[in-house]
This record gives sequence, C-alpha cells and structure tokens, in this order.
Amino acid sequence: MTLAPPEGVGASPKPLALKALREPHPERHLVLRPTRLRAWQVGVGALFVAGCAFAGVLVGPYDLSPLEVFTAIAAKLGIAGAHSSPLATAVVWEIRLPRVALGALVGAMLSVAGAAYQGAFFNPLADPYLLGVASGAGLGATVALVYFGAASASVLSSVPVAAFLGAVTAVAATFALGRSRSGARSPTTLVLAGVAVAAFFTAIQTFIQQQHFGSLQIVYDWLLGTLATAGWSQVGLVAPYIALAAGALYACRRLLDALSVGDEEANSFGVRADRVRLAVVVAATFGTAAAVSVSGLIGFVGIIVPHTVRLLAGPSYRRIIPLSLLFGAGFLVLADLAARTVLSPAELPLGVVTASLGAPFFLVVLRQARRVQ
Amino acid sequence: MMLEAFDIKVSLGGKPVLTGVSLTVGAGGWLGVVGPNGAGKSTLLRALLGLVPYQGNVRVCGREYGQGEQRSRARALAYVPQRPVLPAAMNVVDYVLLGRSAHHSYLGPETARDLEVTAEVLERLELLPLASRPLSQLSGGEAQRAVLARALAQEAPVLVMDEPTTSLDLGYGQLVLELADELRKQKGLAVVCAIHDLTLAAQFSDQLMLLSTGRAVSFGPPGQVLTEANVRRYFGADVEILIGECGLVVSPARRRRPKEALGTCPLAQGT
Repeated sequence: MTLAPPEGVGASPKPLALKALREPHPERHLVLRPTRLRAWQVGVGALFVAGCAFAGVLVGPYDLSPLEVFTAIAAKLGIAGAHSSPLATAVVWEIRLPRVALGALVGAMLSVAGAAYQGAFFNPLADPYLLGVASGAGLGATVALVYFGAASASVLSSVPVAAFLGAVTAVAATFALGRSRSGARSPTTLVLAGVAVAAFFTAIQTFIQQQHFGSLQIVYDWLLGTLATAGWSQVGLVAPYIALAAGALYACRRLLDALSVGDEEANSFGVRADRVRLAVVVAATFGTAAAVSVSGLIGFVGIIVPHTVRLLAGPSYRRIIPLSLLFGAGFLVLADLAARTVLSPAELPLGVVTASLGAPFFLVVLRQARRVQ
Repeated sequence: MMLEAFDIKVSLGGKPVLTGVSLTVGAGGWLGVVGPNGAGKSTLLRALLGLVPYQGNVRVCGREYGQGEQRSRARALAYVPQRPVLPAAMNVVDYVLLGRSAHHSYLGPETARDLEVTAEVLERLELLPLASRPLSQLSGGEAQRAVLARALAQEAPVLVMDEPTTSLDLGYGQLVLELADELRKQKGLAVVCAIHDLTLAAQFSDQLMLLSTGRAVSFGPPGQVLTEANVRRYFGADVEILIGECGLVVSPARRRRPKEALGTCPLAQGT
C-alpha cells in the first residue's frame, strides 16, 4: 500500500533548514563576544584592594596621616629623602602592613577556594570548608592549644602546623571515604562524606575542648578567626602555599566552566571531570588549610565574595576566579579593620565581622540582581 | 570505514547491558539505532563515546580509542546527549566554545581558529544572532540547535546523537534531523543516532540496528529491519509498514479491534 502525502505537509520547517546552510560570511567570528575577563574589571578590583589596604594601614589606635604612612614605607624601602619617626615606621611596617598582607592573602584564598568548590560541586552553598577543612583544622588547633598550650612560645609555631595537618587529614579522609563501590566519586557522595567526616572531627574536637575547660577561651578565639597575631613570619609561611593554590585554581577557571554541563558531557568533549575536580579539591584544600592555619576559621568569606562577584560579573569562572581573588583580599582587609577598631582596644572575632558586614551587603546585591533580571 | 566497533560488552552494576554488539558506519553513512526501552541503545552510544567502561574495540578512521583517552576521542566522536544539561546563565557562544575543548591546550585560552569554527557552526545553524543570549532564554528548538552546534564545533568525523528529538515537537524534531543530515552530506560525517520514532528512524537512516536486551537482533536497510514481524516480536506492537513517497512509514494498527465496536464509533459511522 502507498500513502500520498496530504497537501502542504512538505512546507513546514524545511525552508529554515536549507536557508541555514547557505555560504557562511567570511568575517563572522569578529562579531562573537565570548566571555572574557575585561581589563576594566581587573582595574576596579585592583583599586578596591589598594584602597582597602591603604585604609588598613592608615587606621588604628596610633594616629597617622596618609603622608606619614607613605614616608614610613618610603623610608623603610630606602628611598632617598624620606624621613620617618622610628615609632611611625614600626607601627606601619611591623604591625599594620603584615596584618593587612595576611588579611589580603587569607581573604583571597578563602574566596577563590569557595568559588572553585561551588563550581566543582555545582553547589551554591559550597564554601572552602565543604569537605572537612574547618573541622580538621579545628581539631588540629585544639589539640595544639590544649596539649602544647602551656609553653606559650611553642603555641605560635605549633598551632599553624597542627591546624594545617588536621585540615589536610580531614579532606583526605573525605576523599578516601567518598567513593562508591564502583570506584567513582560523584560530587554528591563526596559532599556527603565531607559532612560525615566533619561531624566526626568536630565531635572529637568538642570532647577535647570540654575536657580541658581552662583553655576554652583561647580555643574559642581561634575557632572564630583572628589576625591579631599577624607578623611577617606568618605571611612568609603561608604566602607560597596560597600563591601556588590560587595559581592552580586560576589555571582551572576554563575547566570549571566546562564542568557546568555535568561530568558526562564534559567527558564527551574531552574534559575529564573527575580529574578536574581532584585538582580543584587538592589546590583549594592546601590553600585553605594554609590560610586557616594562621587565621583560624573565618566563615562566610568563601560564600559571600564569589556570589557577589557572580551576581555582578556573570556566571563564567574566567571572571569569578580572578575577581574573587581581588575582592576577597580587599573584603577581608576591610573586615579586619572593622574587627580591630569597632570595640578598640578590644578586638571582635573576625568571623563575626565578616558575617555581620557581609550578610546585609550580600542581600542588597541579591535584591538588585533580581530586579535587573 | 569511518566508525567500527567490535564486540562491545557493557555491564552496569554487575548486570550485563550489552552482550557483544558490532557495527560499522562509512563516511556519510547514517546508522539508526532502534529498540524497545531498556534495550541498551543509550549504553551502546555511551560506550562508543567512552563514557561507560566497556570491553571490545572502538575505531574511528582506523585508529583505536582506548578507555580514558577522552581528549583524542572527543576529536573523533561528538555527542548530542538525550537530555543535555544547559547551564541557565551561560551564553550560546561560551556553550558552543566548550565543544572546542579538545582542540586548544588543556588550560589555555581558545585560539582564533576555535573562534572561527564556532562562528561558522553558529552561522550554519542560524544561531549567530543569538550568540550572546543566555541558554535559559532559548526556545526548545533553539536550545537543541545550540547542543548540535557544540557537537559540530568538535569537528569530529563521527556524530553520535541520542534521541535528539525527544524534547522537541514534530517540526523542530524534523528540523534538527534535517540539519544533521545536511551536514552529514556536506562534510561526510558518519552519524549514529538512537531514535525512538521508528518512522523518523526509517526515513533518515540508511542502515538500522535493532537492539533487544543488549543484542543486535537485526541489522540492515530500514525495509529489512522494520518488518511487521520484527516490530511485533521486539516491541510487542501491532503495526502496519507503509511505503510512502518519502520512505517507510511505521503506523500503529489496531488489528484486534472488535468489529462490532466500529458501529458505535461516531467517526466510523460517517464513512
């Protein structure tokens, strides 16, 4: 039997199909605007960091004028003709500058790690502490503070090392446990394993803390985060780790965009999603562990900064990673400035400031972005 | 042969899903993969693409691709998934550029050539005016063309499509298949396309493979594979195979309808 096609059937979408295949225009690629980091965006970020850093050095209990700050830095750098009082030089160079530098390093690292985790786990609530860094570092620091705390000289050197080791151990445990029987690690199983490992480490930490009531205050101060003990030695201690980790995450920015279509599709066009995720987790963990080891657990930065950047600059990690680095650095310097001036001479825990300063700002940005959309 | 696969076996969770499937597709050939739900159509395609662990050999243009060689494989086989993940805020040009991932350096930026290929593909699929639009603002048909564009940007000689018409209405479904068909003819692509609709499968494919419970039970030209006996046996469906002007039509047929029921049907009374 044969079927005759009814009238008009062949007319529907085919003309478009054929029109689409006409000869391409030779300069068509010039009209494409793929998402790239723009120079002006970097410029704004760099100005923000510079402004925050200058404010961080300028403001404090010992009054300095902007000119005094510049001459103190110039004198220390040996620039001819610059004369500064020894006190101003010491305040700027030994107290405020290392603190600003450490704040910038820690803020940049936490923000960029948060951004990378959000991309690698498709989870907007992911922060650098997702896979157990915080609980591991907390346990490490608590052990160091409680058991080596008596000799206060050794505390300064043992706490960062213990916190770093604890953080790396916790994430390694998460990674070892977070694989299914087939050997594959899905983002979901990893995150759930992280929850379990964090609960376990936190339980031990709480137990130790509760058994040693005398050191409760000092442990609690550490957990809430502070830059009060900042010095050039700490800056030198963590800077290489943070530079390496941030550099590795920056190199992965395009791959993080590729992961956003899911592991299977990423694999189909040649991006090994599991390897990218492993690289991101390793880099973010080492960097975050280094940051946390000198600053304690500063919350909220790793969520708020990348999301603010995302709302303002779009969803591509080509922009989110580098801009989170800059704005995270500036934001934490600003937060630390507030932490040490609001109740001066007492200091607020830095984690309290980041949350109370960041949350309202974030809500404003969120509302604005919704209105624009 | 452009694409050759020998004795592909896949087990998922200890359960055999494919038990030795072989196929060949020449340049400019279109192999349609049909079969009832759960026959292993998607698994076969995913094995060809190296997305599931498999036993057997996959060769493209004579070169064998092993497990884990995703980057070089992506230059040989491109994939249009059944349910593509479309990141809502990503724009069309960034999305299509992802298809160039296997061509530029792993961490490095895209080259001018990547942009040029992307632009060419976008223009061919009439997506150039939509290039900076976020994926969430595309219609179903536009989105499916974007997915096809990403696959074509891979410049792979083999195009693997898994039910490319699932989420589209008939017109857009035909349009996507026509586009793939035109490109196949122009560029000599080998197409492997799993497809649910037997009539579309018959009209677009020059070879059909009928899968049932992980085996190829029939292989050949559409007229040879899509027989009323085969469809009844493997799909459990009663159909009539009609030869229309455009090719074969597989039409459902209610042969077991009781004669007396026709009398009460208002449509039947008019005729």
